[in-house]
Amino acid sequence: MWDWAFTWEILPVLANAAILSIEATLIGFVLAATLGLVLAVVRIAVPRTAWTISVLVELIRSTPLLIQIFFLYFVFPKFGVVLDAFTAGVLAIGIHYAAYCSEVYRAGFDNIHRGQWEASIALNLSAWTTFRDIIIPQAIPPIVPALGNYLVALFKETPLLSAIAVMELMQAAKIIGSETFRYTEPMTLVGLFFLAMSLVSAALIRSLERLLNRRTMR
Amino acid sequence: MTEQPMVRFENVSKRYGALTVLDGLNLDIARGEKVSIIGPSGSGKTTVLRMLMTLETINDGVIWVEGEPLTHMKKNGTLVPADLAHIRKIRAKIGMVFQSFNLFPHMTAMQNCIEAPITVLGMKRTDAEARAAELLDMVGLSQKKDHYPSQLSGGQQQRVAIARACAMRPKIMLFDEVTSALDPELVGEVLEVIRKLGREHDLTMLMVTHQMGFAKEFSDRVCFFHAGKICEQGPPNELFGAPKNERTRQFLHAVLEAG
Repeated sequence: MWDWAFTWEILPVLANAAILSIEATLIGFVLAATLGLVLAVVRIAVPRTAWTISVLVELIRSTPLLIQIFFLYFVFPKFGVVLDAFTAGVLAIGIHYAAYCSEVYRAGFDNIHRGQWEASIALNLSAWTTFRDIIIPQAIPPIVPALGNYLVALFKETPLLSAIAVMELMQAAKIIGSETFRYTEPMTLVGLFFLAMSLVSAALIRSLERLLNRRTMR
Repeated sequence: MTEQPMVRFENVSKRYGALTVLDGLNLDIARGEKVSIIGPSGSGKTTVLRMLMTLETINDGVIWVEGEPLTHMKKNGTLVPADLAHIRKIRAKIGMVFQSFNLFPHMTAMQNCIEAPITVLGMKRTDAEARAAELLDMVGLSQKKDHYPSQLSGGQQQRVAIARACAMRPKIMLFDEVTSALDPELVGEVLEVIRKLGREHDLTMLMVTHQMGFAKEFSDRVCFFHAGKICEQGPPNELFGAPKNERTRQFLHAVLEAG
């Protein structure tokens, strides 16, 4: 049933593809976390954008990621925007999760006591300084677990990139399967890899959480 | 030409929907004057401070600071609602101390006191720290400069908040029920700091307070608010000693009865 020789043979190919999966995850998450923060801040700092941003966020959250990936890769070229598969895929993932992250940040901002905003006004701080020095440092630590969940969720969605032939882990496994007609080993390895990486990131997030709590909860 | 008032409320109204919180308020406060605002809850007294600090917008009238409009700005000879740049320029003259302290919990006492001087006034860190050290010394907390708010008592937190507000060198200081959230034994230390501030600094002070004894001893003038209007005002010995208005009498009677 399980062929160890075959397993060792395909391992390097899968390991190579795994690096691309991790790259896609990290770039996608940095994009999601940054863009999400920008959306959440602009929504509060420039009230007249609030409606547009909430419609945009709702639109992105309410349509499947796969469709968004296809849209960026197959439809955008019709408008003259041609992206390679990896860029289109990572961009789609980043934007999709930015919509989720922006809601997390918003919850974080909502939890800041009104007195913190008022003290910032009384000290005549600019909106920029207020966010950078007062609001964001207090809002982030409590939402690290929620952001961490989205990191793991985003990571587990990278196999969607195989739909536009990005050579990530799933695509590599699919190709091995279709060439050898053996799916047991490649799919099992892919599953184990995702399990291992998810556990590692969950542990990292927990220690980050502890670190932040130690720094803020004196 | 008589000297301009430090603060002038000119026919200022504030409404929340159908509820009128302040109704055509006219009030002048002279340079260096110490004014206490007393009155029952819901009388609009805290709103007066919050409007002056621009934490609340106003519905009618104009607020002036040193002869310049705060809520408005001059454009082609008429007054139009102020933009943020104008508001920030004028409100730099005003500082405020809050009932719930509102210190930044992720910053030490020292960091709380240098944040605004560095980012708003553009002071060098060393200069800002030197000034903050002086102010923390004035409020008796030079030993606590590296403590976080959660490591300080309520009275100590409020004293840091006073030092923080002073670090911006305001001309006008607003105190919004600054001792109301404190345990009784901590009230004295905060009032002592305010007394000292009044003696040593050329500040115009406007305070909302429930400490009648302090208002009587400290202020040049006491305003009694009722239902969004100034019901009676005058020097403390007159207002407390021989109130003319029936409502003032009732309020003082009730407050003094309660001890």
